[in-house]
Amino acid sequence: MPAVAGLACVAALFAIGLVAVAIGRSRAGTTVVYGASLLVSAIVLLFALTHLILASPPASVTLPLGLPWIGAHFRIDALAAFFLIIVNLGGAIASIYALGYGAHEASPLRVLPFYPAFLGAMNLVVLADDAFVFLLSWEFMSLVSWGMVVAHHRVAANVRAGYIYLVMASFGTLCLFLAFGVLAGTGGQYSFAAMRAGQLTPALALIAGTLTLIGAGSKAGIVPLHVWLPLAHPAAPGHVSALLSGVMTKVGVYGFIRVVFDLIGEPTPYAGLIVAAIGGITAALGVLYALMQHDLKRLLAYHTVENIGIIFIGLGLALAFRANGIEWAAALALAAALFHVFNHSVFKSLLFFGAGSVLMATGERDMEHLGGLIHRMPHTAFAFLIGCMAISALPPLNGFVSEWLTFQAILVSPQLPQWGLKLVIPAVGALLALSAALAAACFVKAFGVTFLGRARSNAAQAAHEVDQFQRVAMFVLVTLCILAGIFPGFVIDALAPVTRALVGGTMPQQAFLPWLSVVPIVASRSSYNGLLILLFLVGSATLTAAIIHRFATRATRRSPIWDCGFPLASPVAQYTSSSFAMPIRRVFGASVFRVREQLDMPPPGAMRAGHFQVRVFDPAWFAIYGPIARSVRSTGIFLNRIQFLTIRSYLTLVFGALVVLLLVVAAWR
Amino acid sequence: MDTIGFDIAHLLSGGMLVLSLLLLFQTRIIAVINVFALQAIVLALSVAWQAYLQQAPHLMVTAAIALIVKGLIIPFALQRIVRRLDIHREVETVIAAGPTMLAGLALVALSILLLQPSEGSVLTREDLAFALAVILLGLLMMITRRNAVTQIIGFMSLENGLILAATGSRGMPLVVEISVAFSILIAFVVFGIFVFRIRERFDTVDVAAIDRFRGERREHL
Repeated sequence: MPAVAGLACVAALFAIGLVAVAIGRSRAGTTVVYGASLLVSAIVLLFALTHLILASPPASVTLPLGLPWIGAHFRIDALAAFFLIIVNLGGAIASIYALGYGAHEASPLRVLPFYPAFLGAMNLVVLADDAFVFLLSWEFMSLVSWGMVVAHHRVAANVRAGYIYLVMASFGTLCLFLAFGVLAGTGGQYSFAAMRAGQLTPALALIAGTLTLIGAGSKAGIVPLHVWLPLAHPAAPGHVSALLSGVMTKVGVYGFIRVVFDLIGEPTPYAGLIVAAIGGITAALGVLYALMQHDLKRLLAYHTVENIGIIFIGLGLALAFRANGIEWAAALALAAALFHVFNHSVFKSLLFFGAGSVLMATGERDMEHLGGLIHRMPHTAFAFLIGCMAISALPPLNGFVSEWLTFQAILVSPQLPQWGLKLVIPAVGALLALSAALAAACFVKAFGVTFLGRARSNAAQAAHEVDQFQRVAMFVLVTLCILAGIFPGFVIDALAPVTRALVGGTMPQQAFLPWLSVVPIVASRSSYNGLLILLFLVGSATLTAAIIHRFATRATRRSPIWDCGFPLASPVAQYTSSSFAMPIRRVFGASVFRVREQLDMPPPGAMRAGHFQVRVFDPAWFAIYGPIARSVRSTGIFLNRIQFLTIRSYLTLVFGALVVLLLVVAAWR
Repeated sequence: MDTIGFDIAHLLSGGMLVLSLLLLFQTRIIAVINVFALQAIVLALSVAWQAYLQQAPHLMVTAAIALIVKGLIIPFALQRIVRRLDIHREVETVIAAGPTMLAGLALVALSILLLQPSEGSVLTREDLAFALAVILLGLLMMITRRNAVTQIIGFMSLENGLILAATGSRGMPLVVEISVAFSILIAFVVFGIFVFRIRERFDTVDVAAIDRFRGERREHL
């Protein structure tokens, strides 16, 4: 695909955004905007797919835009093509979903112009081939997504979320700005080609890598830079939440891969260790936070943090292996990370669509007010269940394959020569295992409390199934989850050009294996065949059902459900989301979350109701952001005083500064 | 360069520095103005001597400007202002004379420490060190005095240091000197007008009155 075609599509998306300003008020405007976005995204998706599958050579183009005499550089290579697929797959399906969901938007003009512009900006970030275009489109992407985060601005919490998002996004862009400054060096070479050719000293490479980890990581949501994410992602409308969580975090991952793998060059092994360790901590803390939540969309947003952690574990391993020259292992780790990028974008979009549908049908995000929705929204419930199974890494769905590949890469880590890596990476593997198990618990809770049991509120009682656009969008993603789980070999084969370009190798045994198997290292050690597992599951389930129906009674009996000996009719007496999370809260709560449980039990004989209150805090707030905010505030109050000094005091300040500088010069020599 | 020429240049620059320190120590306004006039005359001598040493006749023009404008016209005008405004009082200092002198000596030490190891000929180096000390002392005078007239003199003394620095090094064009001289004159005119305006409005030339008027003066100052 020539890069010009991609740019034309980006221009088309921006144009749709402009048109949306004019036609956004009319009812047909919503359909036109989302339909056009769907069309353009699908075109780019097709182009990018052909580019990746045919393993086309990189194509670049320079437009005479932007900085005079420098122009704007764009390039599409295998990595860019892969992320174009992520962006436009998410964009296209979110557009289908929005055809139904967006029609119920109270103020469409607050969303419609931003939506295509957001898609265009994400495409532009991926296509950019110089620092100027990259940063410009990166910041534009942050800005238009902010517009959609505060779309429902009458809710005070949304405005606060938007503010925190804006602060974090600016901070991240600042770090990336400095990282590119280090990469460009004193010569000021802003094109990526020049940065790729340049050689950095190890110290400078470490500085640039750290800045990129902070800058791109704050967009992706690594702990402790994740704080904006669980606030901002749920605040946006449903389809935008899916894009923010499923796609924009991946653009953050893209920024990290582009700079660290492509531009910086040779890493030190311990850089990989740092990235993998941060990934492990992010994964474990993310899923623990998610378990504590009872807001469905916020739970999903915290869960994004966990998956970003898994992706960063893979990236860190790839860095460590590449630094030691073990290309095939690096390719395995990178393929696992990229596969998880794809998988997460699919099932997280699916889950956010499900949450959006629940929100639309009931007006509730709080799980404590939901329940029993499987009877009234069976299709949504089925799609959500598949998404839950995929994200909990159950075979034969796609989440299992990528997490399994990550584990395979961790199991290769004894081959690394450095003792530090040999010791720490298994610990990261333990964190990964912990988070995988907790993720399953988390989604048993999310699905069980939301869709099973009895309705806990009138709104949940009166819910109805959503329209066909939303169901189509969800079922396309369900199909993708299943297909990528059963035929992972095709995805891994398609990723081969990316790994070959970035780490100089591919998975050795993998190229176009028969019987659709996945063999990460050698067939004698481990292999996986999704189709076989699916056939086994279907076969054994059918057999079990047949045997039960053959030997047990076929008659359907209706009887009261088991009520633990408390025949209480109220649905409030059901197992709630906080009671589900209670054991884990007791184990980790006091140390990690500073959980405050307050029980107000009336004495025997008193007639008033008892109260139980649980408050969970994100430790990042009081450990990091609270002190920062306080010091900024006190510095501001101090500096405010300087504004009202006498003339002589100002002269004294100037004089003092001059003398101090002279003293520094004198001491320097 | 002959040693006697060097010694005389050194003597004159050193004299300016001593006069700067003397400025800091004066307690009456008339005395301050007289010492400033003396410093301007020494500056003129120093510049003239540099003109002779460097064979640069245009420096003579600078010396003449310094002598006439700063040595005669400005002190005369200042004395007239003081008489017309009737402020023959003691200089109101913020910090007592003793600590100010100590600070001044520290500044002199700092400038010598700063410029002693630098490149260049001995004369340029010493000259620059003296000039920097004069500049810093002028600034110190501006921030340790409350009276507008003494603040003006601090500023003028600072300008003297600048001219000393400029003429000590070879090859400064006449245009720069003339523009510096004019800027001083204009600054003087502006300051003078300000002093009269301040006096008209507040019945004093103590700049603390302006601070009080702005409502920003704190009582403990």
